Amino acid sequence: MTLDPLVLSRLQFAWVVAWHILLPALTVGLASYIALLEGIWFVTGKDIWFRISGFWTRIFAVAFGMGVVSGVVMPFQFGTNWSRFSDATANIISPMLAYEGLTAFTLEAGFLGVLLFGRHLVPRWAHFASAVLVATGTLFSTFWILVTNSWMQTPGGYKIVNGIFYPTSWSEIVFNASFPYRFMHTVAGFYVTTGFVVLGVAATLLRKGKSREEARLMLSMTLWLLTVLVPLQIFLGDLQGLNTLHHQPAKLAAIEAHWNREARAPLTLFAIPDQQAQTNRNAIEVPLLGSLILTHDINGVVPGLKDFPRQDLAPVIIPFFAFRIMVGIGFVMLALVAAGLWFRLRRRLYDNGLFLKALMWSAPLGFIAVVAGWTTTETGRQPWTVYGVMRTAQSVTPSLTGIDVLISLLGYLAVYCIMFPTGLWFVLRIVRGGVTAEEATPIEAGRPAAPVKPVPAP
Amino acid sequence: MIIFDFVPIWTLILGLAVFFYVLLDGFDLGVGILYNFAPTSGDRNLLMNSIAPIWDGNETWLVLGGLGLLAAFPLAFAIILPAVYFPILVMLLALIFRGVAFEFRFRDVEHRTFWDHAFGYGSAIATFAQGVVLGAFIQGFQVDGRHFSGSSFDCITPFSLFTGIALLFGYSLLGSGWLILKTEGTLQEGARRQARLCFLGTLAAVGVVSLWTPLVDPDIAQRWFSWPNIAFLAPVPVLTALFGLLEWRAIANPKAELQPFVYAILLFSLSYLGIAISLFPMIVPHHYSLWQAASSPDTQIFLGVGTLFLLPVILVYTGWSYWVFRGKVRADTGYH
Repeated sequence: MTLDPLVLSRLQFAWVVAWHILLPALTVGLASYIALLEGIWFVTGKDIWFRISGFWTRIFAVAFGMGVVSGVVMPFQFGTNWSRFSDATANIISPMLAYEGLTAFTLEAGFLGVLLFGRHLVPRWAHFASAVLVATGTLFSTFWILVTNSWMQTPGGYKIVNGIFYPTSWSEIVFNASFPYRFMHTVAGFYVTTGFVVLGVAATLLRKGKSREEARLMLSMTLWLLTVLVPLQIFLGDLQGLNTLHHQPAKLAAIEAHWNREARAPLTLFAIPDQQAQTNRNAIEVPLLGSLILTHDINGVVPGLKDFPRQDLAPVIIPFFAFRIMVGIGFVMLALVAAGLWFRLRRRLYDNGLFLKALMWSAPLGFIAVVAGWTTTETGRQPWTVYGVMRTAQSVTPSLTGIDVLISLLGYLAVYCIMFPTGLWFVLRIVRGGVTAEEATPIEAGRPAAPVKPVPAP
Repeated sequence: MIIFDFVPIWTLILGLAVFFYVLLDGFDLGVGILYNFAPTSGDRNLLMNSIAPIWDGNETWLVLGGLGLLAAFPLAFAIILPAVYFPILVMLLALIFRGVAFEFRFRDVEHRTFWDHAFGYGSAIATFAQGVVLGAFIQGFQVDGRHFSGSSFDCITPFSLFTGIALLFGYSLLGSGWLILKTEGTLQEGARRQARLCFLGTLAAVGVVSLWTPLVDPDIAQRWFSWPNIAFLAPVPVLTALFGLLEWRAIANPKAELQPFVYAILLFSLSYLGIAISLFPMIVPHHYSLWQAASSPDTQIFLGVGTLFLLPVILVYTGWSYWVFRGKVRADTGYH
């Protein structure tokens, strides 16, 4: 077997980014949630909100720290493994990535210290303001990263001279065709992911009979939020689908494993796509539904993969299944939220054991959906790094050998396999401890968990 | 149409970002290296606490430096990073271990020894890898057109291994200077002993590199030893010798608590300046100058506007956070 540096570099990028994306999926949502809790506490003055916010801030700290160290890896990947991509596109994408770094540095890291360590050092309003600024910072970071990603999906505002991209319009680059939809869909996805984590934790606490009052409040509040957010997210996903149909028809056809261009197209619920034979095996289809969902018109024309040259097609089976996992989870979430509404109306929300158990086990659902959605959009873009313009095969570093990348991939595999389970274990331990007043935590891991005091000057 | 040349501004910004990184993460990596030699768990707690509130801010300069290179001089980024593939990999993995060790060591008592090693060895390995990157950079790379054309193992040379070891002494000198400032009693005395050793090691390394590079590279010899350069540049080695002497005396003087750190910083600044003088105006030594590797003026302007606004903000509150956590670190202070 020959080792292909291109394939291995793609695996390595997928590995480091798939783990990294889990952390913003949680921290973006948690930062906004903490800001909301702090805001309610600031207005009402009821300490229960402060206790809940403190509990989630501890979890946020662990996730944020891991997000930082796994995020440091990312920009270096562009240089070490994708140097030709960096050389060609840097004029356009580098300011986006650099602005992400700068805003993250300014807002998130700057006010994080106050949020984490300053609970008893600064006035209430200042603590609330820090929470808002950290949340704003996470949204700015998301903004810039998704600008970059969206530009790679639907490039605009550029010209190419001697194989190098040059900017012609920054507004067309930043607000490229897919960016607004991707941004809304991703942020809503992060919020929903966090929402199900909060539900799962609240359900766990209720089942254990721990911190009952706080857990009820978390459960009730978050369920209301999700009652709005989950249907909204399905709607936003549909909008992004329409956008993809318009701007990336080959990708949409791959997601749907749709080989022939046709009107009144069926929707393929399940199939084993066969890339060689350009057909689906074991397909289960619903007539007409494809056109209706994808074009919002029963007579609408859906593009087919055979419209495009073979060498321009994505590996159909991956986006096809990844998309179905994401959408399937979306509907499971919708069912859970609907069940929650039903139990609430019957006043059985907090003591239905089966429902609480279901919520507990659905805590990781959002993460799976985020990774599945990301897989859909990234593998669906293949074989391009810049859709329709620059191929992935032309983006990889030319000097790398298969052995080089195999060694580095094994390194990342080993380190992430230690780091992420350990981090998860810490978060679970915080959850098991329940919502406690910060001061009342007697000893954690053999040391007093006292609030931090700056050392007095000598 | 170029109205204004932004390359000097970006050279300055990037130069400062890398310099801040080397100084700031330099001393906290140095504390991590000395951590390996701390005798008791209590000492290790103190060492870690002395850098716990500020290390992540320090490390962010690495990201800003990397992204700054990509944004301002993308051709250099695309050539240099593949050329130092393995040192970068080792550095990143070591920094991950070291970074999570801050949090995990305090939460995971059952595996404390493991996280102690992750922190101590992680710091040392990351430093060594950075030194190898520096050495490889000074030596230059095999380039074909716009690509690095050598092997990923080319960067491992006697010179780069030497600069790797040199940086271990250099960062440890900064770290021991920081510890002299932040600790007292026996811990400070120990830091002074370590500082003395690290100073001698650093001085020897600086001397060897200063002789090695002009001998190997005629351009560098020409830069330093031709007339009238030799007159203009003479202050660099003269000041280095002066600050070296002052550093040696400050380490030995029990009343001097801030000076060992300050003189170590000044020695670092001069070494950094020396490397810059040797290589200017090349960003990919022997191949591309800063101007040839620069991104498009539009890119430099678009990013420059925000950077010139945000960078001072960052500098101000970085300074402020050092002010908040000033003074001696004590056993009862936990930042976790």
